[in-house]
Amino acid sequence: MSTDFHIVVCGSIVPDPLQTLAPQDGPNGPVLQNEMMLPAVLDPWAGHALYEAADLAAKNPGSQVWLVALGPKAKLQQVMMAVSQKAPFQLVVADGSASGFEDSYETAKTLSDTIDGIAGLDKSKMLLFGGWQSASRGSGAVMQMVGELQGVTEQFQGVDKLTVTDSGLEILERVEGGSYQRSTVDGAPAVMGWATGELPEPPNNPQIGMQNMQKNMPALQQAKPADLSGSTLKFDGMEVPMQRRETRIVKDAPVEEMAKEIAEWIKG
Amino acid sequence: MSTVLYITHTECDGTLAKVSLETLTAAKNLAEGMGADLAVGLVGADVTAAANFIAGCGGKFYSVTGPVFNDGVYSIDLAAAEAIAKASEAEIVVAPATSRYSRALPGLAIRLDGRVDTHLSGLEAVDGKPVAKRWFYRQRMEGTLTREERPWILTLESGCAAAFEGAGSAELEEVAVDLSGVRTKPEGMVCVSEDEQTIRPDAETLFVTGAGWTKKQADGDVHVAEAEDIILQFLTSTKSSLGSSKSLVDISGEGGAVISFLTHMHQVGQTGSSPRHAKGLATCCHGEEPHVVGWRFVNERRAINTDAGCGWAQGKCDVLYVGDAFEIMKKVNELLG
Repeated sequence: MSTDFHIVVCGSIVPDPLQTLAPQDGPNGPVLQNEMMLPAVLDPWAGHALYEAADLAAKNPGSQVWLVALGPKAKLQQVMMAVSQKAPFQLVVADGSASGFEDSYETAKTLSDTIDGIAGLDKSKMLLFGGWQSASRGSGAVMQMVGELQGVTEQFQGVDKLTVTDSGLEILERVEGGSYQRSTVDGAPAVMGWATGELPEPPNNPQIGMQNMQKNMPALQQAKPADLSGSTLKFDGMEVPMQRRETRIVKDAPVEEMAKEIAEWIKG
Repeated sequence: MSTVLYITHTECDGTLAKVSLETLTAAKNLAEGMGADLAVGLVGADVTAAANFIAGCGGKFYSVTGPVFNDGVYSIDLAAAEAIAKASEAEIVVAPATSRYSRALPGLAIRLDGRVDTHLSGLEAVDGKPVAKRWFYRQRMEGTLTREERPWILTLESGCAAAFEGAGSAELEEVAVDLSGVRTKPEGMVCVSEDEQTIRPDAETLFVTGAGWTKKQADGDVHVAEAEDIILQFLTSTKSSLGSSKSLVDISGEGGAVISFLTHMHQVGQTGSSPRHAKGLATCCHGEEPHVVGWRFVNERRAINTDAGCGWAQGKCDVLYVGDAFEIMKKVNELLG
C-alpha cells in the first residue's frame, strides 16, 4: 500500500466557545448578533483533524496536507495567523459564510468543488479529513457528503485513532457507551471524520508559521467567492432557551449535612 | 400518495433500541399528519423479531438482512439504506440518531440526490408538511426549519417521542444489496468491561468532574490518587456516568496531574457531548456557558464548589453546595455504602 498520502482537511472557523451567542434575523435567515465582531477560533474538531493529518504526514514521507476552509477570508486570515504556527499545511480558501445556519449540503458541495480545484492532488492517494461534528451547525453530515461527492465511499466517523499497517489502515470509531468499533480498509481513498483523536494541540512554532503564511497569504488573497444560495432551507424560528433556575445555595453547613442531602437525592 | 420511510437497524441481540422505537412514533405521526403512506425499513442480521415487535405500526415492511449487516460499517449501512429508500420510493426518510446511523445516513442525501438534516429535537406535520426542530451552535439555540427538496433525510435524537408499542406479525419484503465495491472490513468492538466502564449513556446520574480535583488543596499539595479513589467509588456504588470539563481533560496535554481514567470521550460541554440524564452532580467545575451547554438535557442539577459566586450559582443549577468536594464526596460515599 502506498503511504505517501494526500491529506485534505476540511475545516473552518467558529465563534470562540466562551462567547455568549444570540440569533437575530438577517436578510436570508438567522444570523448571530455581531457575528463579524465575535472572536473566532478554528473549529475544535477541525483542529483535531488538522493535527492528526500533520502527524500522519510527518510519519509518512511524501505525504502532503491541505486545509480547505469555507469562511469569510478576513476572519480566516486572523485565525490562520495562529493556526499556521501549529502544523505545516497548504491553505485553500472558499470565501463565504461559515455560519452554522447554512445548509450542510451547500457547504459540502462548495468544499467538494474547492477540492476539485486543488492542483497536484492525487485522489487515489486522498485521505479526506475533517471533524465529525462542529461547534456551529454540528450536523455531523458534511464530511459524509463531501466524501460521496468525491466518490469516496469508504468512510469512518467519530475517529479517535488511525494506524497505518502493512496491509492498510486500521481505524477506531466511537460508538455508544465509550466503546470503539475497529475496522480496516486496504488504503486510500477514504474519509475520516475525527472526534478528538489522541494528540494534544501542538505548541506554537514560529518557523512553521512563517513558512505557512508565505504560501497561505496568496491563497487567502486569491480565494474565490462561494455561492451557498441554492438551498430551500427556511427557518421559521430560532430561539435561545431562557431557562434560569432558582439556585439554593448551601453555605456554612456541616459536611455531614451536605453529604446526607446529596446521598438522599442520589438514592431518589 | 407520498411515502414516509422509517428506517432503522437492529441491535446485536436483534432488538430495537429505545431511540429507534421513539423515532418510529415520530415517523408514524408525521406520515399521518402528511396523509402519507408509512414504510418501515429494517437492517440487521435477522430482523424478524424486531419486525414483529413493531408490526402494529401499519407500515409496509422492507428488510435487508444477513450477518454482514450486524456491524455498523458506513459503506454497508449506506448501501442497505439506499436500497430500501429506492425500493420504497420515499419522499421523507426518518431514522434514529444512533451512532451507527449518524455516521451513515448523511451520505444517503447524495445517493438519492436529496438533502439531510440531523440530530433533530422535534418533528411534526404542520398543514400537511414536515417541520423539524434542531439545536445549533452546540445546543445554544433551537431552530424550527422546513425545506422543499426531496427526498429529505432526517435523523432524530432520543426523547423526541414516546417509544412505539404495538406488536403483531409483519410481512417482510427482502431487498437485495450490492456490496461488491465495499473495501472496509469490520474487525470487532473494543469495549471496556462493565466494571471499568465509566461512560454510561443510560445511567440515572451524570457525575461531572472539573479541574479542581487536580489542583492544590488546602494543605498545599495535589491529591490526584485520592481524587481518583473518591470518584471511582462514587461511580461504582451509583453506576453513574462520568463526565468531565474540557479543562480537566486538557491538563494531560499540558503536562499537569491527570485523572488517569479520563479521556476526551468524557468531555461534556461546548466541545464535548450533551448527554441526557435525569440528574447531574458537578464537582470542582468553574464554568458557565460551556458547562450549561453540556448540561442542556440534564433535568435535576446540583453542584459542589468552593466558590459561592461561581457561574454555577447564577441560576444554572438547582442546589449549590459550597464546600470541599473531597470532604463532601468522601462522606457521600460512606453514606451510599
